[in-house]
Amino acid sequence: MIISYALDFAFICFGLGLLLTLYRVIFAPGVGDRVLALDTMVINTIAILALQGMQQGTEIFFEAAMVVAMLGFVGTVAYARFMLRGNIIE
Amino acid sequence: MSLFLIAALPFIGALLPGLMIQAGRNTCSTWTGIISLSALIGLLVHAPAVLRGEVITASVEWMPALGLNASFYLDGLGLLFGTLILGIGCLIILYARFYLSSKDPMGNFYTYLLLFQGAMVGIVLSDNILMLLVFWELTSLSSFLLIGYWKHLPEGRQGARMALTVTGMGGLGLIGGMLLLGHIAGTYELTELLEKRDLIQADPLYVPALLLILLGAFTKSAQFPFHFWLPRAMAAPTPVSAYLHSATMVKAGLFLMARLYPVMSGTTEWFWIVTLAGLITMVLGALIGIFQNDLKGLLAYSTVSHLGLITMLLGFSTEAAAIGAVFHIINHASFKASLFMTAGIVDHEAHTRDITRLGGLRHLMPITFVITAVASLSMAGIPPFNGFLSKEMMLEAAAHAQLGDNAWLIPALATLGALFSVAYSFRLLLHTWFGAERHDYPHHPHDPPFGMWLSPALLAVLVVLIGLFSQGLVGGIVQTTAASVLGNHAHPHVHLALWHGVTPALYMSGVAVLGGLVLLALYRPAHGLWHAVPRPDAKVIFDAIIDAATKLANWITDTLHDGKLTRYAAIFFLFTVLASWHAFSGGAGVTLPREPMQADIIPIIAWFALIAATGVTVYYHRHRLLALVVLGIIGVVVSLSFNYLSAPDLALTQLSVEVVTIVLLLLALNFLPEFTPKDSGNGRHVRDILIAVFVGGAVAALSYVIMLTDFAMPSIAEYHLAQSHDLAGGNNVVNVILVDFRGFDTFGEITVLGIAALIIYGVTEGLLGSKVRQKLLERKPNHPIAGDEHPMMMVVATRLLLPIALMVGVYIYLRGHNDPGGGFVAGLIVAIALLMQYMASGYDWADKRQRFPYHASIACGVMAAGITGIGAFFNNMPFLTSDFGYFQFPPLQKFELATAMGFDLGVFLAVVGAVMLTLESLSRLAYRRGDVPDEYPMDINPSRQPKNEDH
Repeated sequence: MIISYALDFAFICFGLGLLLTLYRVIFAPGVGDRVLALDTMVINTIAILALQGMQQGTEIFFEAAMVVAMLGFVGTVAYARFMLRGNIIE
Repeated sequence: MSLFLIAALPFIGALLPGLMIQAGRNTCSTWTGIISLSALIGLLVHAPAVLRGEVITASVEWMPALGLNASFYLDGLGLLFGTLILGIGCLIILYARFYLSSKDPMGNFYTYLLLFQGAMVGIVLSDNILMLLVFWELTSLSSFLLIGYWKHLPEGRQGARMALTVTGMGGLGLIGGMLLLGHIAGTYELTELLEKRDLIQADPLYVPALLLILLGAFTKSAQFPFHFWLPRAMAAPTPVSAYLHSATMVKAGLFLMARLYPVMSGTTEWFWIVTLAGLITMVLGALIGIFQNDLKGLLAYSTVSHLGLITMLLGFSTEAAAIGAVFHIINHASFKASLFMTAGIVDHEAHTRDITRLGGLRHLMPITFVITAVASLSMAGIPPFNGFLSKEMMLEAAAHAQLGDNAWLIPALATLGALFSVAYSFRLLLHTWFGAERHDYPHHPHDPPFGMWLSPALLAVLVVLIGLFSQGLVGGIVQTTAASVLGNHAHPHVHLALWHGVTPALYMSGVAVLGGLVLLALYRPAHGLWHAVPRPDAKVIFDAIIDAATKLANWITDTLHDGKLTRYAAIFFLFTVLASWHAFSGGAGVTLPREPMQADIIPIIAWFALIAATGVTVYYHRHRLLALVVLGIIGVVVSLSFNYLSAPDLALTQLSVEVVTIVLLLLALNFLPEFTPKDSGNGRHVRDILIAVFVGGAVAALSYVIMLTDFAMPSIAEYHLAQSHDLAGGNNVVNVILVDFRGFDTFGEITVLGIAALIIYGVTEGLLGSKVRQKLLERKPNHPIAGDEHPMMMVVATRLLLPIALMVGVYIYLRGHNDPGGGFVAGLIVAIALLMQYMASGYDWADKRQRFPYHASIACGVMAAGITGIGAFFNNMPFLTSDFGYFQFPPLQKFELATAMGFDLGVFLAVVGAVMLTLESLSRLAYRRGDVPDEYPMDINPSRQPKNEDH
């Protein structure tokens, strides 16, 4: 019973998080802040996936979340390198 | 000899001349002759049986699902045409040996000739009409090669092109007609189809089928108004003209009409179209023929006229006319091939074919003269030669034919055609051979060597013999052939004789001969009159039509494909929406039996984020990097919703493709300006926005309806869901579809992927030394650049991630058959893991440590998939049939092994190879030797010895 309320609360929180990062990606002053916001958005996504797994009682989403985490990192690194050096593979 | 072998022999033999020419021209022509002769003998072995009325068949199933069988049959009609094709073919091969000069590539010539011969034999022996169509097209193509054999002559090339265009167009029509015919009859086998006369003629599709088939037959047989290509094809070497345009190719159209005669003839449509086309062609061709100065031109129009004659006879749809048609096919082939060959001899000896430059040749070339005289008298229809007999039969049939209520028009025009025919035949004979001997021939003529006049002489002997002993010599074959033309188990009464008594035909014949001679006597005024009357030039009209068609095609292409992506998208989307609207409005009304699902908070937020990100991407689209970052939101939301809608497979794929795309685009952005220039005006923007919103709305509406409706028919998804475990041993339906149910698709896709990667490699390889690259490398960067090329933190982090990521990749690959994952995603993850090393420590460092080339990885992947597929053969199953089983090796638990894993391994390897090769190729473009030596993985290396340790 309580877990269901907790889940709903958590969904709302991370949903809010999604909206805030969305705002930041769109309106941030520079590219760097936007990339950071996008990375945060990916982290929120991971959390939502984990919550969904709990809600439905399945492990499938856990693995998906793991891959999302790994790939999100690579994307962010690529952006970072591009901003710092212009060329991502030197 | 099996019918298969007879049809295949010329094709197989077509390889020989090209090889044998190395051993000399005689060897080459001898071998070609041997092949033709063997096929002819093989065919004639069946002759006694066929003449007894038997039908020889040979058949194997080829693609039974399409109704396409490799089936041949030999009846009287096939035997007659086969004998003509192969027999005259042998004579032509002999003649061509002496005709072709030492400069002409003889190997090519004989190869083309045999290809053509094979195609013709295929047509006349085919039982399956689809296979007949294939051979039909082959004759068009191989005759194109033959007509254009003298590539250096513009007339040759133009003539070949015109012939191909006209006969090719007819061939297209014929395909349509034959498919309709097969559809009506419910079979594509001629032997069955020809029994269904009543069914076919009662069908409403009979008339369209008839029109299309006649289009094919008329273009091939040069019937009015498609007659014009034949005279232009005379630019070909004379053996080709003699073969194609007297005995074989142009007779293919007649053959087709004769073959389908049992089911197509007898109706009003058939009578009017075929009779009129034949009649007009006969009279017009003969009339034009009189005034031709080129010997071959005269013969060409004469051929057109005679083909018209035979067509007209087939149009009459009576037994006597059909017998006459069959008999005239034999006679025309014999005298016309002989005449073409003698025209070639004249050209060869006197170096001109212009009748006005010739005359008085009879003393200079006595042998050729005799041959020509016999053949041309036969062409004129003078007794006792064979042309007289069939012409009498034609006139007899015409005398009884009525055009509607009109009883005199056909006999009168037929007599007129015969009259013209007499005129041009005698013009050929008198103006070339009689008269005073001249001294201004371009080259002094004399009789050619034995081998060159042997072929026409044999035919001339045949002309005389058939004329004198018609019933005994060819009565049997005419009887059998007429029986197969008439079909429906007819037993035609054939009586061939020189003297039929005093009949209307004899009067008409007499009028024709006298009139023809009078016309020839008045040649000069007639010639003046002919040139005074304006008449359309077929070549001008043809060129104008081709020009107009080219312009139209160019206009359509230029309008639809102007190179702008926006226009392609606009056209595609609008067309799709219109087509969908058409389909949608034609269906049943929209009812929405399902209730929409309750929307949770997260989907609503995700939906909002998707809309917002899309809008913002459009807003930022000129700032390339920003647009890419904002697109990232869309990727995240899409993978989130895939997960939410229970498709974790798709989510994984979406994410990994997304990352690879980001890396790819960032590599490209390095070379691109920061901003896209504004390239279209506001008006176009408004237009594009309207289209986009409209199409987006339409797709949304369609999705809404689809999601709330049940499928009209059971969806294939149900089958896949139900069968995936039982048939393929996999619980992950997506993976099972990719590697098993639709494995052949995937096999093609990984091959294409590999090819694409190799092309990218090739293109970038070519750019490496280019000036553009140099200029881009030397440009001043827009933003200040950070100092460390290979930061230590990043190097360490990626090194730590490498084994983990590889492990994840292997895990995802292994479990793919039953749980979300599979070779494709695994390949992408491994590629990304490797890519990180390139990003962290640089191209050179990573590349040196990569020992296994990516090309090889692609190749191994495609091969692994292919070998897995072939493995099914050992199990007596078709390509790519998978198998699986459950095994137990202690101490492991029971586990499953499926052959699909081998296939999936192929996908995995191909994906890794293709992605890495692509990205490596692109990154190599930007590679430049850095400040820090490339043998070190990072800029500041703790393990490196300080350089100045002496201090």
